[in-house]
Amino acid sequence: MIKNIKNILILALILTTGLVFGQIPSAESGTFALTNATIETITNGTIQNGTLIISDGKIAEVGTNVSIPQGAKTIDCSGMTIYPGMIDGGTQIGLVEVSSDPRTRDNSEIGDVIPHIQALTAVNPSSTIHPVTRVNGVTTALTMPSGGLFPGTAALINLHGYTPDQMFAGFKGVVMNFPATGRRGRWDRRSEEDIKKAAEKNLKKLNDVWAKAIQYHKIDSATGGKDQPYYPEMEALMPVVRGEMKLLVNVNAANDIKAALKWIEEKGADAILCGVSEGWRVAEEIAESKIPVVTGPVLSNPTRSYDRYDRPYANAGAMQKAGVKVAIRTNEVENVRNLPFHAGFAAAYGMGKEEALKAITIVPAEIFGVSDMYGSIEKGKVANLFVASGDPFETRTQIKYVFIDGWNIPMVSRHTQLYEEYLNRAPGVEK
Amino acid sequence: MKKINIIIALLLSATFVMAQEKGSVLIKNGTVLTVTNGTLENTDVLIRDGKISKIGKGLSTPSGAKTIDANGMYVMPGIIDAHSHLALDAVNEATNPVTAEVWVGDALDPLDVGIYQALAGGVTAAHSMHGSANAIGGQCETVKFRYGEIDPDKMRMAGAPRTIKFALGENPTRVHGGGNGILPRTRMGVEHVIRSSFQQAKEYMEAWDSYNAGKGKKGFKGKAPAYDLRMETLADILKGNIIIHCHSYRADEIYMLMQVCEDFGIDKLVFQHVNEGFKVAPELAKWGAGASIFADWWAYKFEVYYSTAYNAAILTKNGVTTSINSDSGELIRHLYHEAAKSQKYGGLTDDEALSLITINPAKQLGIADRVGSLEEGKEGDVAIFNNHPLSIYAIPMMTIVDGIVRFDRENDADDMRIYPDPEEKIDVTHWQAEDHDRCMQNTEFLFTDK
Repeated sequence: MIKNIKNILILALILTTGLVFGQIPSAESGTFALTNATIETITNGTIQNGTLIISDGKIAEVGTNVSIPQGAKTIDCSGMTIYPGMIDGGTQIGLVEVSSDPRTRDNSEIGDVIPHIQALTAVNPSSTIHPVTRVNGVTTALTMPSGGLFPGTAALINLHGYTPDQMFAGFKGVVMNFPATGRRGRWDRRSEEDIKKAAEKNLKKLNDVWAKAIQYHKIDSATGGKDQPYYPEMEALMPVVRGEMKLLVNVNAANDIKAALKWIEEKGADAILCGVSEGWRVAEEIAESKIPVVTGPVLSNPTRSYDRYDRPYANAGAMQKAGVKVAIRTNEVENVRNLPFHAGFAAAYGMGKEEALKAITIVPAEIFGVSDMYGSIEKGKVANLFVASGDPFETRTQIKYVFIDGWNIPMVSRHTQLYEEYLNRAPGVEK
Repeated sequence: MKKINIIIALLLSATFVMAQEKGSVLIKNGTVLTVTNGTLENTDVLIRDGKISKIGKGLSTPSGAKTIDANGMYVMPGIIDAHSHLALDAVNEATNPVTAEVWVGDALDPLDVGIYQALAGGVTAAHSMHGSANAIGGQCETVKFRYGEIDPDKMRMAGAPRTIKFALGENPTRVHGGGNGILPRTRMGVEHVIRSSFQQAKEYMEAWDSYNAGKGKKGFKGKAPAYDLRMETLADILKGNIIIHCHSYRADEIYMLMQVCEDFGIDKLVFQHVNEGFKVAPELAKWGAGASIFADWWAYKFEVYYSTAYNAAILTKNGVTTSINSDSGELIRHLYHEAAKSQKYGGLTDDEALSLITINPAKQLGIADRVGSLEEGKEGDVAIFNNHPLSIYAIPMMTIVDGIVRFDRENDADDMRIYPDPEEKIDVTHWQAEDHDRCMQNTEFLFTDK
């Protein structure tokens, strides 16, 4: 009898927490008061023993002299620190589920010039990867299509929501893979001449596409868009050549970075450099161009076998010290949750804690033009934040609470669910 | 004339053996993380002729020994990676579901600059493994990262037990059932391949035993069985002379191999990757099988979709000897950070976390009596960090193998290649994670889709 009651209770507990079906419980909305917290605002220093009010999805108040609204759910954050949600400046999250299975890959469409292909369309709100990522404090990520010259349009998303639009975080940019010279890897057996030819051909193609887009924009301006035939790729490039939309330029090798900088200047594009794994080689030139950079992965091998072993760790810091505006990305899917560790390695290898923290909060928000909403703890900004037991870069630090758009996110993911179920598995060896 | 050649060859090989460098060094005033005997503040570690001769306070420098000031630094045993493909020219002999006769030790590459990059992450020894294309793959080699030596033989950790790679699940079924149209195409087929191979080896062994028993006897008419290197190797597994290291992911296949091994009386078994090991942790613990895992890799293929980063914690708390490996030229650069993830996911203690990359992999490779902790009498393999190695701010400063400094952050040149590649005319820049899943290297031609 007692055993039965116990079983019923356990069953009820399992059902209410949704563990039986492996479901993630719903987030909770409302007014929240986070009290007694250390608050790393990023833009306005550190607040000790502060209070932060979340209401209507926004940071309603923040400071030491804050009154708690009636009906607010109070969360005591004694001994804990509030940080703005971390932003990964370049990923393929939501577009890929199981990378080895083509049926679950939506990141790379057919075609070389397809800027009209929208990443946001294929972001899977139900991806198992979103909860796994956000419980580590990463609330926001740029998700980018990949492939040819113009593989599509990237979108900034928050890692909570039931439709792509609910996840959309207010920034889109057209992705361009700048024609690469040099070998793409040890497996690349093309002759020097073939490599040179391919690069020239690609650059010519790029210039042709750009010239066409300008032509398209001129006709569109002259006719007001009347009777324009439907060219989806030109339609997508038009805001870019008009300087109304950012161009995300993937480029890595030093010579290619220099060529890209020259190209961007010639065309007057409003560009962001992405990847930039050899940025340290040409940091001065990038700084001079004033073009911002989203670099990463930090945790990677040197691009050349003769380079110093720690160049990838030190790259972000080297550029930042030269005066480049640098954000950090993982360029990952299921490992986006490791963003704070990429930033942590950058911090340890020359960038310093403060700048590395900015490189995954306010700096990407500024680069993507959404710093009025994201990237710091300020009154009126979107309530994307997390509460941590300590330094978010330290591996052992526990993230206690995460808020996205003011929603109190359940600290549950496939990884925590499996832990709960299997730590003390029942039945054990004997049934 | 021939005799002279032989004499010269003998002399040369003798000099090679003598040139096997072992150093003496005194590491002074560090925080010594012994792993097996706690943490010792302001303590010295003395290595003489490649071996730890003394751990204590106020030791004096023997003549000829180098002194390293480790004041404010953390001194830990050299990190051991139980799953690597570094220092290898070839990884997969993907031509048959069973290739027990091949050995990666025949394809060692001491010039691999990846070895240096791993040393720069505090790693001093690794298990260089055959790939995972075959149900029963080739034999592996336990190497020490004596980077700078150009003789492949000097990479070997002489005396380390023999090991062999097995593989279950998607890789062998994809390569053979999918790519070549032969058994195994399913996890059922994988079991059959392994079972029947062991059975053949058993019969081969018995045939030799009866031949050997009879050949001296009067009137014996039997012939010696045909020598077969594949069967010899499999028989050595049955005799307990080779440790099986099996690439595996799903709980059912892990369970299957434990049963097969039990049926054939095999008791030396370590599972590699073993992403679903946490699901059968009680069985692994009872059986006594080891688990060598990724800290947090998952979802890169379907058989690792139901993974958890808490794997290390669940396995450890269930009493399974667990290690964290790299299987990657990138992850091997920061295994200390990978080990720290077991504190984020499951709250392991410092010693438990450090064991995952030191004494536990040493146990799994059968070398725990020689390396894996800082103890007097063990080999002088040490990593020195500027911060606690489980901190994100830890930077490896110096790595010592057999008492010789093989990595020195302050004094090493930027370019540490031993021989530049004469074919490297145009700069190679690889910004994609090329060695993701190096386990499947040399099988790419079988798949249009990676």
